Amino acid sequence: MMLQIQGIRKTFGGLIALNDVNLEIDYGEIVGLIGPNGAGKTTLFNIINGVYSPDEGKILFQGQDVTAKAPYRMSKLGLARTFQIVRPLSELSVLRNVMAGSCFGREDRPISEAADIAMETLAFVGLADRADALAGTLNVAQKKRLELARSLAARPHLLLLDEVLAGLNPTEITNMVETIREIRHKGVTILMIEHVMRALMNVSDRVTVLDYGEVIARGTPDEVSNDPRVIEAYLGDPKVAESLGSKA
Amino acid sequence: MNKLTKPSFWLPLILVAALGIWPILSGNAARREMVYSLLMAIILASSLNILLGYTGYVSFGHVVFFGIGGYIGMYTMDVLGWHLALAVLAGGLSAGIMAFLLGTAILRLRGAYFALATIGINEAARAFANAFQPFGGPVGMTLNFHVYDSYGGAGNALWLTFYATLVLALVVIAASSWIKDSKFGLGLMSIRENEGAAEVMGVNAPAAKTWAFVASAVFPGILGALFFFKNANIEPGDAFHLARSVEMIVMVMLGGLGTVLGPVVGGAGYNGLRGFLIVNPLFKNVQLAVAGTLLLLIVLFVPAGVVGWLRQHVQPLRSWLE
Repeated sequence: MMLQIQGIRKTFGGLIALNDVNLEIDYGEIVGLIGPNGAGKTTLFNIINGVYSPDEGKILFQGQDVTAKAPYRMSKLGLARTFQIVRPLSELSVLRNVMAGSCFGREDRPISEAADIAMETLAFVGLADRADALAGTLNVAQKKRLELARSLAARPHLLLLDEVLAGLNPTEITNMVETIREIRHKGVTILMIEHVMRALMNVSDRVTVLDYGEVIARGTPDEVSNDPRVIEAYLGDPKVAESLGSKA
Repeated sequence: MNKLTKPSFWLPLILVAALGIWPILSGNAARREMVYSLLMAIILASSLNILLGYTGYVSFGHVVFFGIGGYIGMYTMDVLGWHLALAVLAGGLSAGIMAFLLGTAILRLRGAYFALATIGINEAARAFANAFQPFGGPVGMTLNFHVYDSYGGAGNALWLTFYATLVLALVVIAASSWIKDSKFGLGLMSIRENEGAAEVMGVNAPAAKTWAFVASAVFPGILGALFFFKNANIEPGDAFHLARSVEMIVMVMLGGLGTVLGPVVGGAGYNGLRGFLIVNPLFKNVQLAVAGTLLLLIVLFVPAGVVGWLRQHVQPLRSWLE
């Protein structure tokens, strides 16, 4: 197993953000994580990569107990992530951003090799022509691609994608979904949070649904989108419920 | 590109070397003293830049390392009778060790909290020196004039200090340039841009920040030992002069935060301005007020400093200025 999340519980003050969350991800899978706003998806990401430590439960990464390991150690072990709200290193060039990913990621490359890897990765995500621009000058779609390039340059085993499709137009979404498929073909396992349902259902092998910090459904995209509990959880958001239905 | 073929690597080194050779060629002592104070400013500003410019952490009490180096240097020469070379190393080393210990303790603080802690440290160091009898308490320490005999007399000792300071300035600039292009430097700049993202990317931020603090402390420590050897006297007020810390920040900001050339330009520029202000009857008592106003104006209107502004607005200069 690439990742085993076992009985994770996390509270913030009186609020239960996650309660007894279990999830297993096999090598080479793309697993989607969905749920209404505030369901605890990003909190779960933050626990996986060590930004938060859970109150209860364990995280096993490739069989190794990594619960509450510091984020930089998780990176060295082969975990990379993108952020829902992009965090470019604004005053550095796009190239240097991605070089940092390569230098400090799993392969821990010397800086002399990082430039080539960074260029290669930028070409892969389609940002090669902006390599010398300052990261802060990119538009939103480009920043999302930069985040992706930075995490890929680390050559991770497992990639956590936090809403990489949000804020993109339909063409950009199609392109990004294609890129995500190609990443999987390179042998990277992917766990992704997404609100763009159609795209997520399209690309995921399996989907897990969180609501109020608990897993309410899991299965193939078809199974999940027909699950009455999932439809109920999304009833407050008719558009999403509708798009779930149309996929089925 | 190979570092040694980059003009931006050589430009600051050549400028400082030329500045240093000028009084050596003419053998003019007054000119030497003027250049000496410029070199001091350049060393202090370039050192602080490693922390302030590359890592993005403001240290308001950075002069504390200059003072520590000075005190350890003077103590080892005056009381223990060490040679200047050893005393200088001891000064740099003790400043480095102090930075390592402090860094481990206070660099977990982010932003303004770290800046506040650094002020406290400088004041604590001054209070300590005031009370610590082996360091002479409030009177400090004075070198016996005979000490200079081993260096060919006082006149020669002054030249010797000048040469050593010139070499130190060149070393600081080379180190600053090397760090900027290194993996270590890339980690520091990632921390400056977004510490949370840097950690998630795999930068061991606590360790990187601590080593940046050490690097930015060692050179002022060495300089402190050299300066007070030349000065022959050290007192708590001179060693831990908080205003000098503020001036260091002004110099870095004036020249250009996070550039190699910036602190050289800013250090020399501010020092020139200060020299003018001190002898000018209108300004001589408000020199620090001018420094403060200058800092305010830079932050408001030219946050990138002189070198940063030129980089942004004059494309052809890019490869020359870094």
